[in-house]
Amino acid sequence: QTAQTVLFDLWQRYLNTTPQRVKLIDVFMAFLVVVGGLQFVYCVLVGNYPFNAFLAGFGATVGQFVLTASLRIQTNPENKREFGSVSHERAFADFVLGSLILHFFCVNFIN
Amino acid sequence: MAVEVLEPFLKGDTGRNTRGLLRLIILCTIAAAAVASRLFSVILDPWFNFRATKYLVQNGFYSFWDWFDDREASHPVAQLVYEPRKPAEEPKRTRTWHPLGRVTGGTLYPGLMVTSGIIYHVLRFLSMPVDIRNICVLLAPGFSGLTAFASYLITSEMTTSPSAGLLAAIFMGITPGYISRSVAGSYDNEAIAIFLLVFTFFLWIKSVKNGSAMWGALTALFYGYMVSAWGGYVFITNLLPLHTFVLICMGRYSPRLYVSYSTWFALGTLASMQVPFVGFLPIRSSDHMSALGVFGLLQLVAFVEFIRQQVPNKQFQTLLRGLIFVVFVVSMGVLVLLTVSGVIAPWSGRFYSLWDTGYAKIHIPIIASVSEHQPTAWPAFFFDLNLMIWLFPAGVYMCFQQLKDEHVFVVIYAVLASYFAGVMVRLMLTLTPVVCIAAALAISSILDTYLVAENPIPKETQANGQATSDSIKSAADVIKDSLRSTRNPVLGIYSYVSKASVVGAVTTYLLLFVLHCTWVTSNAYSSPSVVLASKLPDGSQHIIDDYREAYYWLRQNTPDKAKIMSWWDYGYQIGGMADRPTLVDNNTWNNTHIATVGKAMSSREEVSYPILRQHDVDYVLVVFGGLLGYSGDDINKFLWMVRISEGIWPDEINERNYFTARGEYRVDDEATPTMRNSLMYKMSYYNYNALFPAGQAQDRVRGSKLPAEGPQLSTLEEAFTSENWIIRIYKVKDLDNVGRDHGSAVAFDKGNKKKKTAKRRGARVLRVE
Repeated sequence: QTAQTVLFDLWQRYLNTTPQRVKLIDVFMAFLVVVGGLQFVYCVLVGNYPFNAFLAGFGATVGQFVLTASLRIQTNPENKREFGSVSHERAFADFVLGSLILHFFCVNFIN
Repeated sequence: MAVEVLEPFLKGDTGRNTRGLLRLIILCTIAAAAVASRLFSVILDPWFNFRATKYLVQNGFYSFWDWFDDREASHPVAQLVYEPRKPAEEPKRTRTWHPLGRVTGGTLYPGLMVTSGIIYHVLRFLSMPVDIRNICVLLAPGFSGLTAFASYLITSEMTTSPSAGLLAAIFMGITPGYISRSVAGSYDNEAIAIFLLVFTFFLWIKSVKNGSAMWGALTALFYGYMVSAWGGYVFITNLLPLHTFVLICMGRYSPRLYVSYSTWFALGTLASMQVPFVGFLPIRSSDHMSALGVFGLLQLVAFVEFIRQQVPNKQFQTLLRGLIFVVFVVSMGVLVLLTVSGVIAPWSGRFYSLWDTGYAKIHIPIIASVSEHQPTAWPAFFFDLNLMIWLFPAGVYMCFQQLKDEHVFVVIYAVLASYFAGVMVRLMLTLTPVVCIAAALAISSILDTYLVAENPIPKETQANGQATSDSIKSAADVIKDSLRSTRNPVLGIYSYVSKASVVGAVTTYLLLFVLHCTWVTSNAYSSPSVVLASKLPDGSQHIIDDYREAYYWLRQNTPDKAKIMSWWDYGYQIGGMADRPTLVDNNTWNNTHIATVGKAMSSREEVSYPILRQHDVDYVLVVFGGLLGYSGDDINKFLWMVRISEGIWPDEINERNYFTARGEYRVDDEATPTMRNSLMYKMSYYNYNALFPAGQAQDRVRGSKLPAEGPQLSTLEEAFTSENWIIRIYKVKDLDNVGRDHGSAVAFDKGNKKKKTAKRRGARVLRVE
């Protein structure tokens, strides 16, 4: 019972306090989780024959998720103290760089 | 990277300008010293790497990547042209591991060759055509200059002291522990790997400090480069997760840690899987599981932290803490289960033998047989690291005093690397960087205390000038002159005598360090293994060049396809210098094949001749140091051949049979029959008696008198023996024309007719055909 209310409060707080841009990031992260989950389920059901292809696809979702989470953390105003040297624009540029490298490796690995 | 160096120039401050210029000059000088101290002797050694590089430069990157080691001069264009196959004419023409061949592109770390290939093409582009051999020879010294610079960078991250980085750079530049693997001509993977190791660590420290995804991505890129260069990348793969894990356990989780570690792991793992030799190992092998586990843990921790900020409820927070613990334990359990059930490969033997130090000796003699894989003796530490070895604990202790994130890293690195270096001589190489860093921290703090610290300003002027109104100070002011003990304590060393004596002592030590390094480098680590140098009684140098003599004999006097059998130590050299196919070489990927060679060497002639025939062996090469006292010969390695082949054929080869009844390993009159009948013994001592007056043959390595009658060979004939008898090459005889076995054929040729000609009818057998 308490857990339910706590969770509900959590959701309400999230909806009310989160800025629009961060919500956008969160939707993207949720999408990545769904895609990764689907790939995993498919791999479990059908088998992992081109294993490198599975790894490339799955690794792409995981890596992109992690990079997006990093962007979200870096641009969170509460973490301003931690990231003194990283401005929001710099964080976004880092995100782009990381994603480019990630996709280069994935495309190379998928053969 | 260069920003710190260049920064002072960009800001118009003269004092800092000068300091920056000095720093630049010092760094350049250090790099020059690092390069120069590696040039005592120049001769190219690891031949396989050189051969692969030559192939890369001649045939291009793509055919190097798909290189099945068959013909050196194969031109891919010629293969594209359609030719009807003639299988009868062209049997398998493998150059290495004769019947099997080696898929070279998938069984080497290509980083070294690609690096020198790129340098070659860049120089060519700048219209400086340099022979690829010279690039290979000078690659290691060049990269050691970069290593010195990288250790400057990483040490500068550790401390604010201006001198620590420079000290670390000079330590790293000239320490014998690193020079031993990077002298000019030692074209080995370690030549560039140590630079990549230190630089990856620098990038990691930088990314943890800043929490920037860019530095994390750079770490991943250089980690990928490191993976492509050296098998020791596993050290990084386990050290970075351990650092993260320890930070989490210390309660020092921060969003910076999340950003840097996740970026590194996601990109670095994908990068490492691009190398064909590594392949799916980062998913499948236990060596890499710590990185994966810490990655999962970090995600959990980050999520819980995120929730914790949102929820005020205390109970819920403890619930979450419990949840993360349960999830972690469960996933660890799953990991263990997967390992036990075999989905995830267990620890590889080479890596496992670091933990269970007795393991290799019992199960994988081929690992234990390499002298570099033995435990390190105490003097070796002092020999390689001199004064740094006793400054090292002090430096680590000073890291404990500050203990920021990066100092935790140094402490972990120090502990792990000292353990590994204690277990295996070869891993002294990974210990050296952290020893340099820690020693530089210690020395620089001494120097800062005794050299830089200014004289304390006398109290009166200070109080007047700064008008600080501390309550303690005012209280002290009241009774200032009355009691000595209540005066403000004056900290700092300000007598010139103490300053000068301490600084003088440190300077002396540093100068002695330079002397020691130069002495060790010139005397111990600059001796090429191909050319042996010895001193004549009058002090002049005498060069013994038997190896090249023999290899060039092979190159010029044998057919192109002649297969050479030798022990695996010489496989690469034969492939590189003699340019003939070999059965086994230094890349010990197939233990059974090596054991076959070992069996052929250690059995009777009747047993080994069929083995030689089955493997198309034309020549057998042994190294014999008995005449010259060259101790690294095949008789001294012989027991390892026996052990390795005993692991495969325990009922045919037995190590015990090669020892005398009292358990001694002897080659003289008392040697066991098995020993005296073994092919290796016969090949080594064949005709050796002829060099000496009768009955006085002497083996100068074993220091023993040889039996009066030398061994007889029936299935081999001596083809070549080098000037000092170091290399002996034998030709395998063909089958006898009339179908006798070789023993009786030789006996017949010698005229040993059977004395009893009386017709004794033996037990006849029916002819089957």
